[in-house]
Amino acid sequence: MEELALHILDLLENSLAAGAGRLELTITEDAAADRLIIEVADDGRGMNKEQAGAALDPFFTTRRTRRVGLGLPLLKSTAEQCGGSLTLASQPGKGTRVVAIMALNHVDRPPLGNLGATIAAVLGGEEPPELLYRHRVNGKEFTFSTAWLKTHLGEVPLQMAPVLKWVQDYINRSITELHGGEN
Amino acid sequence: MKSLEELQKLKEEARQAIALREEGAKVKVVVGMGTCGIAAGAREVMSALLDELSKRRLVNVVVTQTGCIGLCVQEPLVDVLVPGKPQVTYGKVNAQKARQIVAQHIVNGIIISDWVVNK
Repeated sequence: MEELALHILDLLENSLAAGAGRLELTITEDAAADRLIIEVADDGRGMNKEQAGAALDPFFTTRRTRRVGLGLPLLKSTAEQCGGSLTLASQPGKGTRVVAIMALNHVDRPPLGNLGATIAAVLGGEEPPELLYRHRVNGKEFTFSTAWLKTHLGEVPLQMAPVLKWVQDYINRSITELHGGEN
Repeated sequence: MKSLEELQKLKEEARQAIALREEGAKVKVVVGMGTCGIAAGAREVMSALLDELSKRRLVNVVVTQTGCIGLCVQEPLVDVLVPGKPQVTYGKVNAQKARQIVAQHIVNGIIISDWVVNK
């Protein structure tokens, strides 16, 4: 996958497939520590120890369950190639948390990419999940949540195409600002 | 903030459009968003669908997503479900094809048979 935002979409789709109603995405960029941390947490059905261990193995996992496919192993290999790691913590009935860490300035690190399109894609559907997205860049923070969006929308459903289009643009503009205006 | 003003305007338009739309005439568009779909460009397809539907003010269409359905070679896959009609699945969709699916199939009711995979 060419963008980290596509890996993130894949993780969030895993969460939805696990029946999650609430998603939390936290991205932290720390130039001083040369660290990029991507964290996805959900309240889905979770996995037991055996399943969680197998989730990072591409072949074992795909044959055993459709819950997680090649997505996690792909992100794990990207993180490891970029001087980092991927960890997965899961509890049956409680949810799953995936944390990918990589060196921010590693030459092989894929760009973050179109995060707005990723969030808009996740919120599509008849019953969109609750989502909290936090993005920190060197101490500055941008927060977007469906709860906040709903207070502005009132009775207008957020999964309407013009609203999702706005969400995409709003997030991308905000992140560009967070990066100091450059694209 | 400019963005929030835009959101308010959009909300007003949406509210008016909702008041006008006919009950029960809801079209559903499903984009395959498994790892295979994402890697093949499903997110760009979804963005294009949302953009085209917004431009045309089509508020009675829901765009949703599904996981892998086992037809990975044909990804990105897009299902169009019009009430009272059989489901149509399009394969190897890209952003441009997605816009045409909105114009031809959803607006004009003409199935683009060349791209259909479930004949």
